[in-house]
Amino acid sequence: MKKLLQLFIAGIILSAILLYAIQAMNESQGYSGENTLTIYNWGNYIDMDLIKQFEKETGVNVIYETFDSNEAMLTKIQQGGTTYDIAVPSEYMIDKMREEDLLIPLDHRKLPNLNNIDDRFMDLPFDPGNKYSIPYFWGTVGIAFNPELLPNKTFTSWNDLWDPALKNEILLVDGAREVIGMGLNSLGYSLNDTNKQHLQEASQKLETLTPNIKAIVGDENKLLMQNNEAAIAVLWSGDAADIMWENEAIDYVVPKEGSNLWFDNMVIPKTVKNIEAAHQFINFMLDPEIAAQNTEYVAYSTPNKAALSYMDEEMVNDERFYPPPELTEKLEVYKNLGPKMLSYYNDLFLEFKMHPK
Amino acid sequence: MGNKLTRNLYMIPYSLWIVLFVIAPIMLVLYYSFFDIEGNFSLINYQKFFTPVYLKMTLSSFWYAFLITLISLLFAYPTAYLLTKTKHKQLWLLLIIVPSWVNLLLKAYAFIGIFGQYGMANSLLEMIGIGSRQILFTDFSFIFVAVYIFIPFMILPIFNALNELNPSLLDAANDLGASKWTAFRRVIFPLTIDGVKSGCQIVFIPALSLFMLTRLIAGNRVITLGTAIEQHFLVTQDWGMGATIAVFLIIAMFFIMFLTRDRKRGV
Repeated sequence: MKKLLQLFIAGIILSAILLYAIQAMNESQGYSGENTLTIYNWGNYIDMDLIKQFEKETGVNVIYETFDSNEAMLTKIQQGGTTYDIAVPSEYMIDKMREEDLLIPLDHRKLPNLNNIDDRFMDLPFDPGNKYSIPYFWGTVGIAFNPELLPNKTFTSWNDLWDPALKNEILLVDGAREVIGMGLNSLGYSLNDTNKQHLQEASQKLETLTPNIKAIVGDENKLLMQNNEAAIAVLWSGDAADIMWENEAIDYVVPKEGSNLWFDNMVIPKTVKNIEAAHQFINFMLDPEIAAQNTEYVAYSTPNKAALSYMDEEMVNDERFYPPPELTEKLEVYKNLGPKMLSYYNDLFLEFKMHPK
Repeated sequence: MGNKLTRNLYMIPYSLWIVLFVIAPIMLVLYYSFFDIEGNFSLINYQKFFTPVYLKMTLSSFWYAFLITLISLLFAYPTAYLLTKTKHKQLWLLLIIVPSWVNLLLKAYAFIGIFGQYGMANSLLEMIGIGSRQILFTDFSFIFVAVYIFIPFMILPIFNALNELNPSLLDAANDLGASKWTAFRRVIFPLTIDGVKSGCQIVFIPALSLFMLTRLIAGNRVITLGTAIEQHFLVTQDWGMGATIAVFLIIAMFFIMFLTRDRKRGV
């Protein structure tokens, strides 16, 4: 008993010392000081050199944390106890966060660089007047395919996926809106359609695609495509860019019927501690040269019009990632359809997944 | 008197634990299951559970869980038996348990590599002349990986039961003229049935709600109740429906515990 007690006390003393050491270390790095900025972003979604540059220019200490899904980010901000000054949710999540009063309105006077953003990407339905959010990167949903594995096949339309020759070749992304949206688009409907008859039609059409589907996966699609395990994947353009970086044979196309246009956006969540630095950071990232450097690192499409002139020409002229106006017109941003409709989409998707091969 | 007091004192951590981490969560799950997606009190989730989609899902979950348990048992029993006959039992046992210390996700990713088009499994098939085929994202790969993950939990209780078996009982059976098979059927198996039961419980119940493997290894071609719960909590944010499925899983769990309960012998 005595020995146990001694061990217990030793444990407590050791923990206290460690706690003190952490405190001391944080202080020496200025973390507990006033001037810190906590950024909550997707993994590998910023050029870390830029953070160093920002720290140097402003004297603000940056703490950088990452998340891997909008839902995980939402939960952490909802629960409180975090001090995130900047977060980067996707557009459909902004709607939700706004409804739940989790966002702080932006002060546009503190963001002079805002006029660098392309007008096309301002004032979008998920955030009228950009009251709460500034687009960070944007992209599409499309078809990535490997011509080396599929000689003589070209893809221009969603309906090309229904080709019987593509048996067991296609990877779909595990998202209800993306897959049902693809069904709707292939029939010429809007991917925000709420007409149940259209949705039924789309899901029936999707069921006829089952023989061609290899799997419905998440982030693993990148790995599978890179290693030539699968020939075709329906995915986000950002993921396509990553794959093409690793495996040069792969090509990406946005189908002509139209597709989804998505945005990741910088916001200030209500967990903010340093509003001033948060605005400073957003403005910093909107600077054309900074945005250009960041875009060349991340390789997603930037909404920053002024940045394009600082970027590698080959990248800017790549129509797969900066589609021409005829196509951009057909791209749609997801509207918040409300929980009931979303749940209907998900039920259809679940049924589709369970459809026997 | 003092004795009783200390005993009651000792009960405090245990009861606190049970109330906070067992009873309260189950109550919460039950509570949430009565709300529809808009937060109104209703029984719609239960009604929805009895539609073909969810019933089919339940059936297929049970079917896969059953297959996983059965195959685990078929491999685990002889393995456990063999283990009790080896010289360094503890070492062999350790070797079987060690893989279960590795994170599930890592093991799943390893299998994606092994079962892939250019993976080890296909190279082997190629070598023995069968030729490469699709292994990943099939029922086979799903059940194989699930069995691989669960089998240590099946071996362990069976091993313990076999290890405690008094060898003189076998000698007695032998002396009384029982053949090897009869001895197994009438002596060994009945005496180790408790190990088999607890092994089946430990494997069947988690197998019923497997979710990560259904995506990583089965490519969402196998949909279990666990997948649906995950979707409802994370994607649709329809906590009510997710909770309702969880309620049915809890009921299923109690049912299985009841089926495999310890009956007092000699009654």
